[in-house]
Amino acid sequence: MSKKYENLSPERIAFLKKVRAEKIATWVIRTMILVLFFALWEVAARLNLIDSFVTSQPSRMVKTLMNLYDSGDLFLHIGVTCLETVAGFIIGTILGTVIAVLLWWSDFTVRVLEPYLVVLNSLPKVALGPIFIIWIGAGPFAIIAMALAISLIVTILEVLNAFIHTDEDQIKLVKTFGANRLQVFTKVVFPSNIPAMINALKVNVGLSWVGVITGEFLVSKAGLGYLIVYGGQVFQLDLVMTSVIILAIAAALMYQGVVWIQNKLTGQQTAGEQDSI
Amino acid sequence: MSEDIVDVRNVGMKYQSLNGEITAIQDISFSVKKGEFVSLVGPSGCGKSTLLSIISGLLKPSQGKVLIEGEEVLKTSEKVGYMLQKDYLFDWRTIYQNVILGLEIRRKLTPENKDYVIHLLQTYGLYEFKDKYPKQLSGGMRQRAALIRTLAVQPEILLLDEAFSALDYQTRLAVTEDIYSIIKNEGKTAIMVTHDIAESISMSDRVIVLTNRPAEIKSIHKIEFDCQKRTPLKCREAPNFREYFNNIWKELDVHV
Repeated sequence: MSKKYENLSPERIAFLKKVRAEKIATWVIRTMILVLFFALWEVAARLNLIDSFVTSQPSRMVKTLMNLYDSGDLFLHIGVTCLETVAGFIIGTILGTVIAVLLWWSDFTVRVLEPYLVVLNSLPKVALGPIFIIWIGAGPFAIIAMALAISLIVTILEVLNAFIHTDEDQIKLVKTFGANRLQVFTKVVFPSNIPAMINALKVNVGLSWVGVITGEFLVSKAGLGYLIVYGGQVFQLDLVMTSVIILAIAAALMYQGVVWIQNKLTGQQTAGEQDSI
Repeated sequence: MSEDIVDVRNVGMKYQSLNGEITAIQDISFSVKKGEFVSLVGPSGCGKSTLLSIISGLLKPSQGKVLIEGEEVLKTSEKVGYMLQKDYLFDWRTIYQNVILGLEIRRKLTPENKDYVIHLLQTYGLYEFKDKYPKQLSGGMRQRAALIRTLAVQPEILLLDEAFSALDYQTRLAVTEDIYSIIKNEGKTAIMVTHDIAESISMSDRVIVLTNRPAEIKSIHKIEFDCQKRTPLKCREAPNFREYFNNIWKELDVHV
């Protein structure tokens, strides 16, 4: 960093240092909030200010984590839940986009189906849970179906909406070259809406988690949702809290993954710029 | 130079909507000779752009027909190149990928056509920028890239739909100069729609004045300057420029 300060005006150096100081301060305070939160929790539990039977406490959560790890179940539960989420997420995104494409193709179909989409969108999908369990059977497939039910309609509506609002003049431009409907789609509608589709992806990650955990609450033999429900039933708050924390970390990691994909895809242009210079 | 390349015959256009019927154009007839530059001026919203869309084959007229080289226009003709109000270069394509868009759509990406595109890029100073993205180019360069995109499919006739209206005034003057010389250089026929009287006079051989909606032809002005080598900027300085301007201005009959 100090090398970069060479050949710069004093004002510029002052500015850069200020930006850097702010960045560091943000990180420090951010980390301190986390550390302080767990420290206070631990101390309060040890001093019997809070009842650790109800609130659990960090040291007991670590112990729970170790037990889970020793019994070999930890990664089984994490793996099952993550797998279900990723499956729901990928199927939801692909299927949703494909259906949106088909609907974009025909205005008439959209007009016909609109009320059904609206009803399906506003229906609380959890209500469909028992139906899935009976139809598909109690297992991971019912849970994936649950995740799909929650994310699919939103994806369809969001992507379709983006497709429909493609710049009319960009479409006119390709039409002046005699483009047919397929070419209008491949040359304009699809590429111009990649950012919108990535946004749908981001929403989808969150919704898939909701779907999977809901599904695991309803029916499951493994997974983080199962651990939470089981812990609740046997009044083991240590297990519940530990699972919630693992869930939070896993969800955050997956979201970051999507952000990474987004940067990869939309960063293509900037990368191309640098190549050409 | 004498045969008519575009022949517009009694064209009329009515738009249908639930609220009723709007007559945008009524009984318009004119013809354009090969190599000629013709402008259509008229009050805004009078149906000028509709007329261009009909000539290009994007819209089907309710009455009449358009002939290009003696053939009736029924769908978008390959002989016609269309330039829209903005450049509409696609952000996700490089300049080269943008200018070959038309060839790609018409499935004519032959080596000869690619060479022609490279030749156009070289001739008009965009070759070094062919791998850049539109955002890295100035407004004038973008407009030039848009013109090359149109020229790449080798049209006989260029339709310019307020093609410079999105640019600021200085750029607009420079780009007009630029595009005009390219069009003349390539020996293309051009039909331009504009609401800018000065621009139409400075570029055209003939100016066709249209009335308010429904658009009809009010008058046709033959524009002649006796400058040596005609360019839009020189024309603006010519003594009879004012005269043409005032005549057309009066005919447009603008009330504020």
